[in-house]
Amino acid sequence: MTAEAIHPGIAPGSLDQPLAELAGISKAYPGVLANDAIDLVVEPGRIHALLGENGAGKSTLVKILYGLLSADSGTLRWQGADVTIDSPNTARRLGIAMVFQHFSLFDSLTVLENIALGMGVDADTDLATRIEDVSTRYGLPLDASRSVFELSVGERQRIEIVRCLLQDPKLLVMDEPTSVLTPAEVEQLFVTLRRLASEGVAILYISHKLEEIRVLCDTATILRSGRVVATASPADESAASLATLMMGENAPNGSSLAVSAPSSQGRSSLLRVNDLEVPASSSDAQSLSGITLSLVAGTITGIAGVAGNGQDELLAVLTGELTLSGLGKIRMGDTDVGELGVAQRRRLGLSAVPEERLGHGAVPNMSLSENAALTGFTRRGLARGGWLRTGAARHFAQEIIDRFDVRCDGPQSLAGSLSGGNLQKFVVGREVLQAPSVLVVSQPTWGVDAGAAAAIHAALRELANTGSAVLVISQDLDELMQLTDWLGALCAGRLSRFYPTASLDVQQVGLLMGGANALEGMESRA
Amino acid sequence: MSDALILSILTIVTASTPLVFAGIGELVVERSGVLNLGVEGMILVGAVSGFALANLSGSATIGVVGACVAGAVLASLFAFLTLNLKSSQVATGLALTIFGAGVSALMGQSYVGIAVGGLPKMNMPGLTDLPVIGPLLFGHDALVYLSFALVASVTWFLRRSRAGLVLRAVGDSHDSAHALGYRVIRVRWGAILFGGACSGLAGAYLSLAYTPMWAENMSAGRGWIALALVVFAVWQPGRLLLGAYIFGGISILQLHIQALGLSVPSQLMSMLPYVVTIIVLVVISRDSARIRRNAPASIGKPFHPTA
Repeated sequence: MTAEAIHPGIAPGSLDQPLAELAGISKAYPGVLANDAIDLVVEPGRIHALLGENGAGKSTLVKILYGLLSADSGTLRWQGADVTIDSPNTARRLGIAMVFQHFSLFDSLTVLENIALGMGVDADTDLATRIEDVSTRYGLPLDASRSVFELSVGERQRIEIVRCLLQDPKLLVMDEPTSVLTPAEVEQLFVTLRRLASEGVAILYISHKLEEIRVLCDTATILRSGRVVATASPADESAASLATLMMGENAPNGSSLAVSAPSSQGRSSLLRVNDLEVPASSSDAQSLSGITLSLVAGTITGIAGVAGNGQDELLAVLTGELTLSGLGKIRMGDTDVGELGVAQRRRLGLSAVPEERLGHGAVPNMSLSENAALTGFTRRGLARGGWLRTGAARHFAQEIIDRFDVRCDGPQSLAGSLSGGNLQKFVVGREVLQAPSVLVVSQPTWGVDAGAAAAIHAALRELANTGSAVLVISQDLDELMQLTDWLGALCAGRLSRFYPTASLDVQQVGLLMGGANALEGMESRA
Repeated sequence: MSDALILSILTIVTASTPLVFAGIGELVVERSGVLNLGVEGMILVGAVSGFALANLSGSATIGVVGACVAGAVLASLFAFLTLNLKSSQVATGLALTIFGAGVSALMGQSYVGIAVGGLPKMNMPGLTDLPVIGPLLFGHDALVYLSFALVASVTWFLRRSRAGLVLRAVGDSHDSAHALGYRVIRVRWGAILFGGACSGLAGAYLSLAYTPMWAENMSAGRGWIALALVVFAVWQPGRLLLGAYIFGGISILQLHIQALGLSVPSQLMSMLPYVVTIIVLVVISRDSARIRRNAPASIGKPFHPTA
């Protein structure tokens, strides 16, 4: 039987025949060649990593594969036959399923309705039973009747995975799946993925977490600037060699990050939170209870935890977006700041970088210099007597762009036109250059590529070295383990005790994230 | 029960029905993620078209059907501008209202002061003649029954049908819906046309049943009331029906109270329907989870399919 005779979707893929073959795929956007003659071969039963920085062309490539974009040139063969994938429906019919990094879920609808929409079937009891079956079989617990907005990010991802599995995919595409999961959830996901691979499903796994790829994947295709630069067997490579392949000469020097943590002995606490209670403001918000926290000059403190456990509320209370009534709960030095608003706290030296870059950290339709002025006008003197000093604001924006290698057309570019990683570098840079005494950062590198993440981590460490106190709230355990001096966790609105990060391993942090308040036999502080 | 009371309840029904029509149409439009502020204009064009056609043909049915078509035609202008040409929904909707008022005045010039027969009331032998409940339940015109049927069908459509689920999904996140392969533009075209036809129906009800005549700007702000009702009803058909009847009921009641000659300023009494309706709907809709479940999150946002 010749390959041409095989009809797509009917012939079972034999193990020696490739499942999908992409040849010479090119796609240009105005000014950028996102994909430049990319060749990729995906084989059944194998976990294939697609590795690259932001803007390397990974997303464009999988969107072409999934029918969301059409390639300018190149061919696609599926189980040996030429096919044209012009819509996600065609892709699904062939057996391609995709779990997006930014989930394509509908917040106001239930889990059941979301899955029905994703599959194009009715939301009936029959589907509910099938969801139940798949979720038990692969260990992905889900309550089909809940609305998505009530669920945590990890649960939302489970919806996407279950939806894909219900379609009996031959190829499962996963875009950065682990950035939002706890260590236990990551392990469970890997078990699920390996099981799928052993059942003959091909998995295309997009990530920039090198360790993960080494542990999980059979093959890795590495993209840089829209081109395939290497194909490697991850198990034979080290994380450093993969990083070099991925980033070329720009690979971050790992040792620059491993600055030894300065001892907190004899240093002063710059921000102190004492037994804080905050009731939930609405039915889908988390209440906070018993929050006790001390941020010491010169150190980076980390708070781990899965989203939805009170991170947003804690950030709001610390920055002053949510003010307290009553004194004695939050102090900066000798000043009680509990009743002060954001601008007043900022004047005292407390800055923040919220999780949501667009709309919370920056105004999408305003230029970078205007965005720089929005938080910088007090501490950088960008306004005088009610008048904006536009020249100074532009200068400040240019300084951020230069110091933090923000790739854009200059201070006049709109914040919304920057890629996620670049905008994050800008927002972090804007706060760091104002030299705050206390900086609170939420999810500093969510959706940011390895190069930008390294730059952001270095900037936070440098700020701490100048004597500021930094608090990092993150779901990314690798980041916290690498970056912080002290580490605790937030679970269901309660904060655990804090431990020296060097003394913790991932399992112990997992315990704290799961709700343990203290670990036995270890030195800790509140 | 006195005849006067029965009569005023019947008046309440006729006062509320146009709001139900215009509101349920706009509810579907908004659930698909589109804000059409042109309801008032579409009502006026529906009213004048319905009146003119009924007058020319002598058939109220032709008038009603014509009003639906006229409303949908005007809505298709809005759909083309906002969906295909990506113009601003707010500006286009406002323009549609102004345009509709002007066009309807022009079309209606030769019909001012003319009377038509109006919609016939139902007359079911045996049932309509029953005391009290006869006229209350079986004595309305056909469109009143249609309005209730429409609310019930829209409720079923949104909650139980697959097409309704897709419509809600498009209104919640058009980018996600597009990513899953649903035709966002097509769904919204359908919703906008339905909304236009409903507004046209509301207009026909005004010019053929409520006051069987044509006068310039005879909708008197009902389009805006319908828009407000949709929001205060948290995009739920049942609550919209309730809101429309509270509003219609109090509008009629305050007229009766004024007629009694109480020494309350008439301006205060005229405010009553607006104030009471808003208070009632705000109070019953305070649950934020209900709002999250029903409010179309992408309302008013332009959709660019390649993004």
